[in-house]
Amino acid sequence: MAVEKLFKDEATEEKGERARMASFIGAMAIADLVKTTLGPKGMDKILQSTGRGHSVTVTNDGATILKSLHIDNPAAKVLVDISKVQDDEVGDGTTSVVVLAGELLREAEKLVNAKIHPMTIISGYRMAAECARNALLEKVVDNKLDAEKFKSDLMKIAMTTLSSKILSQDKEHFAGLAVDAVMRLKGSTNLESIQIIKKPGGSLKDSFLDEGFILDKKIGVGQPKRIENAKILVANTAMDTDKVKIYGARVRVDSMAKVAEIEVAEKEKMREKVQKIINHGINCFVNRQLIYNFPEELFADAGVLAIEHADFDGIERLALVTGGEIASTFDNPESVKLGHCKLIEEIMIGEDKLIHFSGVELGQACTIVLRGASPHMLDEAERSLHDALCVLSQTVNDSRVLLGGGWPEMVMAKAVDELARKTPGKRSHAIEAFSRSLVAIPTIIADNAGLDSAELVAQLRAEHHKEGSNAGIDVISGSVGDMAELGISEAFKVKQGVLLSATEAAEMILRVDEIITCAPRRREDRM
Amino acid sequence: MALAFDEFGRPFIILKEQEQKTRLRGLDAQKANIASGKAVARILRTSLGPKGMDKMLQSPDGDVTITNDGATILEQMDVDNQIAKLMVELSRSQDYEIGDGTTGVVVMAGALLEQAEKLLEHGIHPIRIAEGYELASRIAFEHLEHIAHKFEFSATNIEPLIQTCMTTLSSKIVNRCKRSLAEIAVKAVLAVADLERKDVNLDLIKVEGKVGGKLEDTELIYGIVVDKDMSHPQMPKQIEDAKIAILTCPFEPPKPKTKHKVDIDTVEKFQTLRQQEQKYFDDMVQKCKDVGATLVICQWGFDDEANHLLMHRNLPAVRWVGGVELELIAIATGGRIVPRFQELTPEKLGKAGLVREKAFGTTKDRMIYIEHCANSRAVTIFIRGGNKMMIEETKRSLHDALCVARNLIRNNSIVYGGGSAEISCSVAVEAAADKYPGVEQYAIRAFADALDAIPMALAENSGLQPIETLSAVKSQQIKENNSCCGIDCNDTGTNDMREQNVFETLIGKQQQILLATQVVKMILKIDDVISPSDY
Repeated sequence: MAVEKLFKDEATEEKGERARMASFIGAMAIADLVKTTLGPKGMDKILQSTGRGHSVTVTNDGATILKSLHIDNPAAKVLVDISKVQDDEVGDGTTSVVVLAGELLREAEKLVNAKIHPMTIISGYRMAAECARNALLEKVVDNKLDAEKFKSDLMKIAMTTLSSKILSQDKEHFAGLAVDAVMRLKGSTNLESIQIIKKPGGSLKDSFLDEGFILDKKIGVGQPKRIENAKILVANTAMDTDKVKIYGARVRVDSMAKVAEIEVAEKEKMREKVQKIINHGINCFVNRQLIYNFPEELFADAGVLAIEHADFDGIERLALVTGGEIASTFDNPESVKLGHCKLIEEIMIGEDKLIHFSGVELGQACTIVLRGASPHMLDEAERSLHDALCVLSQTVNDSRVLLGGGWPEMVMAKAVDELARKTPGKRSHAIEAFSRSLVAIPTIIADNAGLDSAELVAQLRAEHHKEGSNAGIDVISGSVGDMAELGISEAFKVKQGVLLSATEAAEMILRVDEIITCAPRRREDRM
Repeated sequence: MALAFDEFGRPFIILKEQEQKTRLRGLDAQKANIASGKAVARILRTSLGPKGMDKMLQSPDGDVTITNDGATILEQMDVDNQIAKLMVELSRSQDYEIGDGTTGVVVMAGALLEQAEKLLEHGIHPIRIAEGYELASRIAFEHLEHIAHKFEFSATNIEPLIQTCMTTLSSKIVNRCKRSLAEIAVKAVLAVADLERKDVNLDLIKVEGKVGGKLEDTELIYGIVVDKDMSHPQMPKQIEDAKIAILTCPFEPPKPKTKHKVDIDTVEKFQTLRQQEQKYFDDMVQKCKDVGATLVICQWGFDDEANHLLMHRNLPAVRWVGGVELELIAIATGGRIVPRFQELTPEKLGKAGLVREKAFGTTKDRMIYIEHCANSRAVTIFIRGGNKMMIEETKRSLHDALCVARNLIRNNSIVYGGGSAEISCSVAVEAAADKYPGVEQYAIRAFADALDAIPMALAENSGLQPIETLSAVKSQQIKENNSCCGIDCNDTGTNDMREQNVFETLIGKQQQILLATQVVKMILKIDDVISPSDY
């Protein structure tokens, strides 16, 4: 007698070959989706949200594309996940990791069809990944000690990262910006002190790095527009009506006169508070919350610049860069640390007025102002710049550098091929497959650039047969070139992340032999 | 059929709304039950052993879990069938009791059911089968004790423990770094174990995961890691020799539980109230400062003003710390949880050598490490990994490893793994069967056959010829009188599990056999299934 019903309604179960096929297909579909964005000649994607307004994003950042997809295939979700993690950890290589994982699975599918057990494939992949990593480790260059060279390394990495993005036209300009900004951090990976402000208008070339801090706020009416040697109090306090926080308190009066009295008392209280704040000896006051007209007027009278409603990040960053503390009580002025800066002034970017703090105490902070034709362009520029900044800041910590342009993949493929020849047993098929997947990446880069990939990759392989070759794909001229001369570099950390995460993900999907999908949770109909 | 007549000939209904229910009785009921039990076991069968495959489960909300932990698979499977639910319960109770062998127990039960089906077809009464199984399980239970070995280890010699944990981890996806994870698990268990009383409180081991980094970065921290950051961004990020005040009261003016109203009707009242409020905050912070605390950990939130005052007085604070974590911190630092500011005294403070905030990756994730605690009896295993699923799976695998280490400390008897214990039991049960007169004999033999199912599944999953391998190993066991011969899953060239260092705890194995037998007995005794039919 057959089992009638083991699962709840609508729950489905996929077994063995079918399950494996479903996950392979899902994963490969995702990889193919982002495949065309890989490399300097990769294309962009338009993403339209289903939410209100159908807002549109144009991007070529793998993580961003995948994040916005609604995916139903569980294996595809694994790939989306690894791309997200790659984004969090190193910031770049989000497309490569998915493409590599997809290629690994594509090869695995062939092997499975050739009746090789998934576990054998996994153990082969593991050996291959380890071997590939060691091959990379042998070839890394570390120029940490030589400051000049290190800086040029950073510059090259930034240019390589940016070359696949919308900023590629002005990549030198932006690479310079990014390197300068990261060098100011002096080894810290805290990207929070680099602020990016987007202002539509002008062209991408007009973007600049500012050494101070820019707050996207207006200065209150009647207050000084320019302050030298500013003493800044950064606060997070209510500057509207101060509520009594004791539970259950309420005002209950029996006559109009009393209302007036209490109102006066309230005003008096606010006046007192403002006085206390002014007593700190400040000439600039920045508050996270609203400042009502009345206290604003008081501040204006005292010649203090009051800025209201700065967002939370803004406040924290301002406190960080000016060296002040975020205050909420004002009773003992002597012990509150004030922030300092040389000059506060109102500046104009395009048509907007912004407040510029220059000569701040903490040298680490800086602001990058992005200009561009449209908000979409700016958003994409920000994402690209963010990628570059992330990679650079990680490279400052782990200064090992590799060449780019498909060079690392070829080096790894060569080492893995050699391993395959030495390994007895069925695993060697899996190891060979791993090397084929690695070669797929330069192939895709070439394909995306409209080049003859088969010819180029074959040339590349021959070139790499020699010891110590620097050959890679030069997409601009469409031939095999010397990557060291062309100055195309990549960070070791990115490549390692791509290699390890992709292998891990492929392994995870390969191990699955059954997919059980529970019935989707019912939404209550609100019709 | 559910209609009966009373002594006056009036009909009355026994089963309400009979037409809307489906009903199975007798042999049909038993067969249907057995079929669904077997279906569940079949799902798990391929997950058994070091070469077992994983299952991918999609929850009703679309989240994906990839695991090969039997208990987790069954729990997330959203089972609707009653008997299948029993199997889920079975695996869960093995998980609670032992923590490992959750897949094995279900496979075992499935095999027992399969054998029972054959016997039922022969016309043997289910109760006789159940009794035979019971007898057989007792034989197996005793035989296990007989072949068990004492397992020597001490706080200084932890190698044997690590080996055992490695066996457990080898069937999971984390087997790439099973050595280091096993070491972590053993060290964690030993840190919290009470070796004299042979007791381990696993609650003291906190397992925390964070996406990113490599699996190799997973570390054991002798202290607590809290996924929170300092309440004020400018508070010090590192505190040495911290004295910690652990509070469960918010830094806010008190809220009396009785309903009350404070009426403000004059200016004076308004002002006194304001002063009072300020004094509250001041007092609270001063209290903490007075007792000598250098760090405040609070279960609730703070008011902005209190937050600033704390920062001002150089008193770092962490807010919104969960109750469980708070307890762990209290245990680790030897402090007391204080529910009211008035009760804060210097003795109630916890002590820790180092408290620091650590940032990860390019995102703004920060965590607080509390280390070098006064009482090192609470530890945290901090897992890093490529993605969320990996971390979840590592968490589950480590939980299994922790449980195994704990069981060994409780009872240091072991049996050898790789199916060797089952084969040995099967031989013993088979031999004992002949001694029983009566129909039970058949059931006992069937039990012996069912025991073979686990090594069979192991061999099958490892890509070996199941029947050939099993018979070879079985004959080897009998010939050499060596109960350590098992299935060579990893293709290492030897059948002797002693050489391969594959073992399992005795209580784990015994529990598996007992639990599986119990459930099967229960299923066999059902002869009538009444369920509401589809509407």
